[in-house]
Amino acid sequence: MVAFKLAFRNLFGAGLRTWLNVSVLSFAFVVIIFYNGYLDGWNKQAYIDTKDWEIGNGQLWHPTYDPYDHYSLQDAHAPVSGNIQKLISSDQLTPVLITQATIFPQGRMQNILLKGISPAQQIIKIPSKSLDTAGSIIPAVIGKRMAFAAKLKKGDNVLLRWRDKNGTFDAKEIQVVDVFSSNVSTIDNGNIWIPISQLQQMTGFENEATLFVVDKTYTAGNIDLWIYKDTHFLLKEIDDIIESKKAGSVLIYGLLLIIALLAIFDTQVLSIFRRQKEIGTYIALGMTRWKVIWIFTIEGSAHSILAILLGSLYGIPILGYLQIKGIPLPKTMDSYGITIGDRIFPSFSIGLILSTILLVVISATIVSYFPTRRISKLNPTDALKGKIS
Amino acid sequence: MENRSLISISNLSKRFKVGNGEFLALKNINLSIAEGEFTGLVGPSGSGKTTLLNIIGSLDIPSDGTAEVLGKSISTLSHKQAAMLRNLNIGFIFQTYNLLPVYTVFENVEFALLLQKKTFAERKIAVMEALDWVGLTDKVKSKPSQLSGGECQRVAIARAMVKRPQIVLADEPSANLDAKNSHHIVQTMKRLNKELKTTFIFATHDEKVMQYLDRIISLKDGEIEKDEFVNHAKNE
Repeated sequence: MVAFKLAFRNLFGAGLRTWLNVSVLSFAFVVIIFYNGYLDGWNKQAYIDTKDWEIGNGQLWHPTYDPYDHYSLQDAHAPVSGNIQKLISSDQLTPVLITQATIFPQGRMQNILLKGISPAQQIIKIPSKSLDTAGSIIPAVIGKRMAFAAKLKKGDNVLLRWRDKNGTFDAKEIQVVDVFSSNVSTIDNGNIWIPISQLQQMTGFENEATLFVVDKTYTAGNIDLWIYKDTHFLLKEIDDIIESKKAGSVLIYGLLLIIALLAIFDTQVLSIFRRQKEIGTYIALGMTRWKVIWIFTIEGSAHSILAILLGSLYGIPILGYLQIKGIPLPKTMDSYGITIGDRIFPSFSIGLILSTILLVVISATIVSYFPTRRISKLNPTDALKGKIS
Repeated sequence: MENRSLISISNLSKRFKVGNGEFLALKNINLSIAEGEFTGLVGPSGSGKTTLLNIIGSLDIPSDGTAEVLGKSISTLSHKQAAMLRNLNIGFIFQTYNLLPVYTVFENVEFALLLQKKTFAERKIAVMEALDWVGLTDKVKSKPSQLSGGECQRVAIARAMVKRPQIVLADEPSANLDAKNSHHIVQTMKRLNKELKTTFIFATHDEKVMQYLDRIISLKDGEIEKDEFVNHAKNE
């Protein structure tokens, strides 16, 4: 208690120097929370959006299906078995058939992934209900990125060419019946969604699917030849992106933290150099050297306590505002191919705040302790004279 | 009845390293100081007064010989034991007061008791009593920067006395004070010596202090030149 009281008294007594150190450290503290909260918010948002729009509560994949290998797509399909048909009927999963195709918007040629989905499905947010039309033309829904890239809009017709199961090319016009807006670019860029029954008929893959998206009630795991991929597996790409972003951000706030810690280290060295007489007095009054080291370490470490208090003073309103209003992102972010919204709403969890407080306090304590080790070698009689050694 | 000996020094020498050589600060010192003495180590600068005081105060150790303080051999004490000895039994008064600038008068005096882990009620009574001895009860909330040199030294005396030590070591306590304040603080210490039977040992070359001493140990070039008891009645 004496150490804490003395530490804070000395810190306030040091005036401007203390507040400069505390300001820099508090800035580092707020920036660390901001960066991590920003990435956590992005991560959270990306998780929710990807689940809502693409992966549901997991997927059942055909053993040959590899989303990164379009050459294998030709073989990545199989008939829907009776077991699975029951699950489809009970709305626990919905089939998706995927094949490669080409469209010719404004006379240009563009390779796409043609995806068949049930218009009645409600597991993912793709507006498949719009595909439930009675006309002779094939209805299609596309995302806003695809619409932009192909210069297509709702009501436009475009020529589609595909190959059937025998490798024979066929072509027909499709009509864009809806353009959806989603943060998940992997269901949008280069994707055209049509009714699965029509795609099965066009390709000759009658009653076949490439994968199934499952809902929250699905618990069966692997079924028949279909391999269950859980959300953890399917979201790994997002995790990897966030991890790499976090690693990059450590450089930025780490640098800031190092500057703040260097200032504390410097202050500690100066303190011990200038306050030798005081150290000698403590020893003369009956303190052990380790108790004096403790007092000086606490004093340096107390910078972090003040920094947290100061950081909270301006950090809570700023970060609170950003958490509610979100951070707008430039339009170009849309084309990066990663799941990201127009705005990111940072997420500042208790765990993040506590771990940042611990990081700041522990690192400040460590840099405060190192210069104080000199005290253990200090001769008290020299210290009392204020002899600089 | 003869007072018991608190400090016993025999064949004590102290050497310091100076460059490649050595400087002999104290040579073959033998002395004994009894309970309740008001003793001065006097002599010119460099005679070894402060070095001897530091050894008695367990802030330093002898190079040769022995120094026993309150039955404990200074050379054999660990850092912790030495700190305990100072904390419980020895009070220090310095030439430059050495008060903690961020603390008030009350807190400066209280500091020594905090180390003894006394309760606040015990501390408050003891601190107010100590401040009463030195006549500073009206300055409890003042900071050292708001006090005169004389007042600072009186706070230092209160800090040294508040824990009721058996020995108080005062290193040139009047060096930074004017004549009036010098007399005042030495008279205060003399009064405490009489009332509380505390042993005071001064390192001084100030004549104003010397006139109050009961025993004068003169040092010259690290050796005891003269050791005499003063008969004040005869002087008066």
